[in-house]
Amino acid sequence: MEFFFEVLIGGLLSGVMYALVALGFVLIYKASGVFNFAQGAMVYLAALSVVGIMEWGAPLWLAVILAFAVMTAFGIGTEKFVLRKLVNQPPIALFMATIGLTFFIEGLAPMIFGSDPRALDIGIVDEPIPYILENWNMVISKFDLVAAGVASVLVATLALFFQYTRIGRALRAVADDHQAALSIGIPLQHIWAIVWGVAGFVALVAGMMWGARNGVQFALTFTALKALPVLILGGFTSVPGAIVGGLIIGASEKLAEIYIPPVMQDLFGGNFGGIEGWFPYVLALLFLLVRPEGLFGEKHIDRV
Amino acid sequence: MSKKIGDVILDLQNISLRFGGVKALTDISFNVREHEIRAIIGPNGAGKSSMLNVINGVYHPQEGKIFWHGNERKKMEPHMAAQQNIARTFQNIALFKGMSVLDNIMTGRITKMKANFIEHALWFGRAKKEELEHRKKVEEVIDFLEIQHIRKTPVGRLPYGLQKRVELGRALAAEPSMLLLDEPMAGMNVEEKQDMCRFILDVNDQFGTTIVLIEHDMGVVMDISDRVVVLDYGKKIGDGVPDEVKNNEDVIKAYLGAGH
Amino acid sequence: MLYREAGQFKTSYAADQQLFPIRQDRIGLVLLLAVAFFGIPLFASEYWFSAILIPFLIFALAALGLNILTGYAGQLSLGTAAFMAVGAYAAYNFQLRVEGMPILVSFICAGLTAAGVGILFGLPSLRIKGFYLAVATLAAQFFIVWCLTKFPWLSNNSSSGVISAHNINILGYAFDTPRDKYLLVLAIVALMALAAKNMVRSSTGRAWMAVRDMDVAASVIGIRLMHTKLLAFAVSSFYCGVAGALYAYCYLGSVEPDGFSLDMSFRILFMVIVGGVGSILGSFLGAGFILLLPIFLDITLPFVADLFGLPFSSATVSHIQIMVFGALIMFFLIVEPHGLARLWQIAKEKLRLWPFPH
Ligand SMILES: Nc1ncnc2c1ncn2[C@@H]1O[C@H](COP(=O)(O)OP(=O)(O)OP(=O)(O)O)[C@@H](O)[C@H]1O
Ligand SMILES: [Mg+2]
Repeated sequence: MEFFFEVLIGGLLSGVMYALVALGFVLIYKASGVFNFAQGAMVYLAALSVVGIMEWGAPLWLAVILAFAVMTAFGIGTEKFVLRKLVNQPPIALFMATIGLTFFIEGLAPMIFGSDPRALDIGIVDEPIPYILENWNMVISKFDLVAAGVASVLVATLALFFQYTRIGRALRAVADDHQAALSIGIPLQHIWAIVWGVAGFVALVAGMMWGARNGVQFALTFTALKALPVLILGGFTSVPGAIVGGLIIGASEKLAEIYIPPVMQDLFGGNFGGIEGWFPYVLALLFLLVRPEGLFGEKHIDRV
Repeated sequence: MSKKIGDVILDLQNISLRFGGVKALTDISFNVREHEIRAIIGPNGAGKSSMLNVINGVYHPQEGKIFWHGNERKKMEPHMAAQQNIARTFQNIALFKGMSVLDNIMTGRITKMKANFIEHALWFGRAKKEELEHRKKVEEVIDFLEIQHIRKTPVGRLPYGLQKRVELGRALAAEPSMLLLDEPMAGMNVEEKQDMCRFILDVNDQFGTTIVLIEHDMGVVMDISDRVVVLDYGKKIGDGVPDEVKNNEDVIKAYLGAGH
Repeated sequence: MLYREAGQFKTSYAADQQLFPIRQDRIGLVLLLAVAFFGIPLFASEYWFSAILIPFLIFALAALGLNILTGYAGQLSLGTAAFMAVGAYAAYNFQLRVEGMPILVSFICAGLTAAGVGILFGLPSLRIKGFYLAVATLAAQFFIVWCLTKFPWLSNNSSSGVISAHNINILGYAFDTPRDKYLLVLAIVALMALAAKNMVRSSTGRAWMAVRDMDVAASVIGIRLMHTKLLAFAVSSFYCGVAGALYAYCYLGSVEPDGFSLDMSFRILFMVIVGGVGSILGSFLGAGFILLLPIFLDITLPFVADLFGLPFSSATVSHIQIMVFGALIMFFLIVEPHGLARLWQIAKEKLRLWPFPH
């Protein structure tokens, strides 16, 4: 039983990270109607920028600031040179453009900063928390806890920012109606720039956490991609949805990884590890069949 | 106008439709007789389009019964309405933008085409014969609507008025027994409106098609329709021949109140 | 002989509705096929067959499959490579386990298996659209590849799921040289392209496009959305499945599940975007373009770098390649969303008017 909880908690903690990346999606989607497939690649770019800049001799804090500048510049550039030119295209064209953007980033980032996997040390060690180990006999990583803590704070901040600030409200307004947003008095371009800046920041935090935990490498993009099924579970426009979805995906994929393979092995022989790689997607797919609007999305009937 | 108006073919009883908290239709009953032109009017947001959507199964009302030729209709999907020969056009043009005028109208005959995809792929059996037969029918529609010159044009490139006409063509291609028209003349100039009126009357006259029509232009409505239903805020406030409706106090109030 | 349709009056609907209504197009196509079947085999080297022509045809077929689904029926899929994998492994297993099954029948069965799997993963399309569906197809991509790697039975217990294609023998003739394989692939691809063209010009294709352009209107006209979408998934996956079987049997000879990666799915999607969404011709143009581009960059980049005296590694070349792919996709979506096929059409229209441009 301890082991079950250990897995569950570990999963929930990583789920917070998924929630964070998913929130980056939700932000951009709400404000510009763009479904940004490149969010995963942005996480990779951010992490790679930090280690790359550190390799050029900068201390961590400076590297983080510079990386943030890179991400913001990149986001604004994307908005200006790609997305703005596609405003009148169907959403699916914008989506495909962000797939192109993904490739662009995945070529550009390693070309500048190198492609070999590297470690990123942000000063938190990845070891079990002694207190929990002694009292409950569970291995819960200190690192995971800190990462989840940071992510939670960020998630909460963003959620509040969305709900209660003028810009946040403007952001939500744009999603519903560009004309209405204009009347609030904030130019659309500014709003989009802010959104991409924030999304870049989210990617940076996620990239550093994951990079520090698993090393900065291309596989990060796949980890970050799991924010997509999170969104399907949570509904694309719902902030609480992204959070709950993240937790569900995080916990269930870890549990699946531990408990399914032995059963499969008994049945078919062989080794059935690696379920984590697809489990979130299949879960999301099954979920779609039952409740296509997501946990928190509203049922929508096309207007004709 | 001396035409035979037949029995009630569509009877709606106590229809109510909600979207979340929005009551689009509340307890509405009315009927449609064979061969008549039946207009639905009302201010913006009154629930007119929703009414058409209920008739052809796009929306499913929470309450109420619908009788089609005397039989109660169970929950129905839109494509079943098409099989029962109900065709329609939309308020916001719903043509297939990526296709030519010809293909759009050909699509209107899809329920009548029986060849399956394997016959199509191998181009044998009914595939070729059917294409030609139905092409002939479609050309008749094209002649009827006087749009021969734009046959091969992608519909996206056509001006608004012509698009509306093509959409009517797509509906007519199905040789419907009932035609639902959602604001067929909105946004047209006088000349285009006259053409459209003529087509509607001709369809009704020549093919005996029953027509349910939503229109904001009172002149047109009073001119061409046999009976009129008036909706306001999802409720029925008037029903009868044009003259009756024109003098109905609730109707006058609703229209003045809505600033018309 | 100029590209004119003047004087070619259509006197019947049959003439107007034939496969290629303009005479020059018909002649052009016949010439092209003649060159492909008889000309190329005389001159092309083994390298051309096995490194360029065969993969070109196979990827064009896969792109055609995806184009049916995405370009015609409007359902975006990011799992194309996985459906190819299903085809490859199905063909292998039919050959392995069914005594004496002719190879062509195995290919068809491979396509049918892929079609079945395609329908399964297409089910969510009944309730969702657009990028929701795209995410759902990622499930196909990851899950299928995982299954092929992990279930030993599927690869006849080979390590990490590698399979080796059987020899190809049709009616006693062994297709073992690259030239033979090229001709086999060419014949299959040509026939399937013709079938695709026939489908999209008939009511099957119109139903797909109607669903793509305006699904509510489509259903109001009487198109059954479920049937139409699932048919698109099935036909598309059939094409991808056959492409996968050919990929294993006529191109690589031995494949592993990981080879059918997400990256490959994306490349096929790029072929469709660059070539032309909703165009049969475009699938071929796109496949050619996306396959030749890396070769072109491989040749030119070091040369360019040399010119400017820049240091250069093969890793850099591959990074630039990926970047160029990404940039190209964005470029095409912005500048010419209908891709090379549209450019070709514009060129033809210009030619038709030449030398009097108005
Ligand atoms: N698919 C839908 N989802 C949510 N609400 C809807 C939907 N369709 C209609 N409504 C609501 O139902 C009410 C009636 O709308 P409807 O379109 O039927 O009005 P209408 O009489 O056709 O108006 P108009 O003259 O503007 O076309 C409106 O309040 C509208 O917002
Ligand atoms: Mg309306």
